[in-house]
Amino acid sequence: MKAVININGRDRELSFEPHENLLEVLRRYGYSSIRKGCDTTSCSVCTILIDDKPVHSCSYLVARAEGHKITTVEGVEGEAEKIANLLIDEGVDQCGYCSPGFVMTLMGLKNELKNPTDEEILDYFMGNLCRCTGYVGQLTAIKKYLEVK
Amino acid sequence: MLMISDYIRPKSLEEAYELLTNKENSQLIGGGAFLRLTSKDIELAIDLCDLKLDFITEMDTSIEIGAMTTFREIEKSNTLKKYFGSILSDSVKEIVGVQFKNYVTIGGSIYPKYGFSDLITALLALDTKVILYKAGEIKLEDYLKEKTTEKDILTKIVLNKERALTSFKSLRKSSGDYSVLNVAVSKNRDGYRIAVGARPGAAVLVPEAEELLNSSATINEEIVNKTANIASEGLSFGSNYLASAEYRKDLCSVLVKRALMEVIA
Repeated sequence: MKAVININGRDRELSFEPHENLLEVLRRYGYSSIRKGCDTTSCSVCTILIDDKPVHSCSYLVARAEGHKITTVEGVEGEAEKIANLLIDEGVDQCGYCSPGFVMTLMGLKNELKNPTDEEILDYFMGNLCRCTGYVGQLTAIKKYLEVK
Repeated sequence: MLMISDYIRPKSLEEAYELLTNKENSQLIGGGAFLRLTSKDIELAIDLCDLKLDFITEMDTSIEIGAMTTFREIEKSNTLKKYFGSILSDSVKEIVGVQFKNYVTIGGSIYPKYGFSDLITALLALDTKVILYKAGEIKLEDYLKEKTTEKDILTKIVLNKERALTSFKSLRKSSGDYSVLNVAVSKNRDGYRIAVGARPGAAVLVPEAEELLNSSATINEEIVNKTANIASEGLSFGSNYLASAEYRKDLCSVLVKRALMEVIA
């Protein structure tokens, strides 16, 4: 199959099999910020934005993405760097494998919630698993990034 | 691994139904999340995403929810909160995470009658009808009991627009996990409804327990305890990797009590 999909503001024609998900196809086309974690919709490491909302790229058919807008870390490099530095400041960057999914989820939260409470942030990040840390530092980094108390 | 030979996005329900019934080994795609974890080999995947079935619409006496409405839309809907409190948002709140809820659909969860579903239990405690393209309207409780073999398309669900006091309770081993058991209670001017799901079989109502509440002049803690016991004694429970039948039976009375205490508070 072929489809034209808008990725990070640019229309690209992708070739793929009908059963392929965005995760593997976007990686094949060079969007290597997207990482495979559990591959069973449980860890959110593979999170990207579709129409500004976070979704698991491991479970979203490429065919279904036609006509939608995709954003990956490559499309938000400036913000990703800011967030990475805040994570480093809190000492919670560690192995970094979950960071791209974390960054994209934070982009989704910023699009959706204004002045979120701690509870709202924790609910939003419920699906993002990190094997290295205890999530406390991430919460602090998120709040600093969003400039909320 | 899931294999799909051909993929189509029909532009009408009629077209989708034709393809579903005329093509052998065809499969509808709602959210696609559960399907993605299977090893099916599908000839034709029929994606319902272009049929404009994502809506929550307030009508005169009902609220209609399209089959392709996502869990996140259910969670955020002020219309649903206005009439039914937080029962529906609470039922989807702890399901995996926001990324999952942004593509998982209500049709994809209700049509296969998943026993582990939290949303079905909450909808069962409300007065919900399922609308199928071919078979038409059917009460959710009847739909769940029916052994359907005919292929059909769930187009929307219809909720009776009657304000209700509600509560949804579940127990999970960790946040975002499947429910070990879930309970939903509602009370409107027609009386109480109690639904228990993830037994691990499909959710059911508990008429004997509802009857006790509906026939009691005042509801105090004693009546609540009796009701909770009737529910756990009257229902059947099974064992799976999450919990034993005995554990679920004990848990049932605890969750029914907690939900009821919240509703009568």
